Amino acid sequence: MIRKVLLTGLSLIVASLMIVGCSDKAKDASKPAAKYITIKGSDTMVHLASAWAEAYMKAHPDADISVTGGGSGTGIAALLNGTTDICIASRKIKAKEETLAAEKGLHPNEIVTSRDGIAVVVNPGNPVTELTIEQIGKIYTGVYTNWNQLGGQDHEIVILSRESSSGTFVFFQEHVMKKKDYSPEAMLMPSTSAIIQSVTQDVWAIGYVGLGYGVQAGDKVKMLHVKNDENAPAVVPSVATVQDASYGIARPLHFYTDGVPSGMTKDFVDFVLSDAGQQIVLESGYVPIN
Amino acid sequence: MNRWQDKAIKTILVGSASTSILIVFLIFVFLGKEAFPFIRDPGFDALWHTRWIPVSFKEEIFGLIPLISGSLLVTSLATLLMIPFGVFGAIYIAEIGSEVERSILKPFIEVLAGIPSVVIGFFGLVVLSPIIKNLFGLNTGLTALTGAILLALMAVPTVITVSEDAIQSVPRAYREASLALGANRLQTIFRVIVPAALPGIIAAIMLGMGRVIGETMAVLMVTGNAAKMTLNPFDSVRTMTATIAAEMGEVAFGSHHYQALFWVGIFLLLMTFGLNLIAQKVLRKYQMR
Repeated sequence: MIRKVLLTGLSLIVASLMIVGCSDKAKDASKPAAKYITIKGSDTMVHLASAWAEAYMKAHPDADISVTGGGSGTGIAALLNGTTDICIASRKIKAKEETLAAEKGLHPNEIVTSRDGIAVVVNPGNPVTELTIEQIGKIYTGVYTNWNQLGGQDHEIVILSRESSSGTFVFFQEHVMKKKDYSPEAMLMPSTSAIIQSVTQDVWAIGYVGLGYGVQAGDKVKMLHVKNDENAPAVVPSVATVQDASYGIARPLHFYTDGVPSGMTKDFVDFVLSDAGQQIVLESGYVPIN
Repeated sequence: MNRWQDKAIKTILVGSASTSILIVFLIFVFLGKEAFPFIRDPGFDALWHTRWIPVSFKEEIFGLIPLISGSLLVTSLATLLMIPFGVFGAIYIAEIGSEVERSILKPFIEVLAGIPSVVIGFFGLVVLSPIIKNLFGLNTGLTALTGAILLALMAVPTVITVSEDAIQSVPRAYREASLALGANRLQTIFRVIVPAALPGIIAAIMLGMGRVIGETMAVLMVTGNAAKMTLNPFDSVRTMTATIAAEMGEVAFGSHHYQALFWVGIFLLLMTFGLNLIAQKVLRKYQMR
């Protein structure tokens, strides 16, 4: 009995060793050099980065790219710890992080890959169609609480925001709310789709979503026309207006690498910035750089 | 040989039985270790602020009060809702319903207990919240009440199962004595059986509350998560569990925010621990009778 078990075990081990050996050999044959890079960071950019990686791997069958999310902060931390080749970030690197990098002897190199507009959405039943950035900021900080303060009807404003872990939350706070705190009445939704869902149902709600999501939602939500200030023209959020910088609530999407990229990382960055790479940006609902 | 085997098996069994004790202990140690530095730097008093502003360009504030009040509001509303459904359901199944009815009802209650909370949360977001909004003429259906209804739905199976056990274990003699004295069926149920089973029913409700206060996904999806202090069921609230789930993912390790989230965890653990302790005490008392 025991002998039988031992024999079976032994043969299993031998068999698995053989399989491992074979696959190793096969790998060696198809991949002569180590062509492997990792990309990590912003959840906003994960889909886009995966689309780039897929297209690149299709063109270069020997290349291997792994893409993971976790947030811009997570990505920058990974770059500082040397655990990723490329960090994707929907915000700029902070001064604090740059000092940390310098201490470790790293030189974060910023590459703008594409842009993302943030659409402010309301229910189609809401008569308000345009607001200034200042007005939007004051809604989110809790200064305006009723639509009649903004030329609308006498109804309380339902404020919808993303969760505080979102890079978009921080971007919106910095650039639209001028670094003031969110109103305690602001409802923090776990995802972009939850914001769309609520704006669809609640006539007096206001929310912010990535341009791609806003366009995708179609008639279910109304994207507000945004004025940069009182006297500026109201601008419809679109790929064109984000590209020519006339739409005020937009941000660049970055790559961060340690020093100027070389080898396969450079090749990949070049691909991303090429026409083919920028075409993917457009198809993914983001805005190409030129 | 035999004695050696006996010993080995006994050790393995004792080991696996006490694993849970070890794990509970380790969790307390781990939570304490991560949360402790907060007492030294911002200080323990910083937790008693009435605002929770974890991300700010000016000053981050980690007041637990709105989160605790949010959890308490949702839990107490859910408890109010689950008591009638849970207790009356248990009475019906244990005392009134026929054998056929029992065989239909019980499996469905078990199915309800097994529905993943994300699915219940999705149902709440898409179906229940518009109903609440229209029914009460609100601006939004993402309220404490919506969360409480979903949580009651999830806790009712626990309450029914445990209360039914309690009702069933009331001695037959009580029932027969009451009927023999001329009491009718309803009088017997509400004056004799329910009072006799009351400790078990209370324990059932406590266990249900434990489930409610610790539930995360469904409340995260439907309560709107606005961290404000309120006692209004039609307001949006942010619960302790939702806060941990939403913010732990991207918090910088070792930051004040990170430590504050561990404090939320400690308070949550103490609350569920307390509820379970009381439930156990009540149950034990009742088993002795």
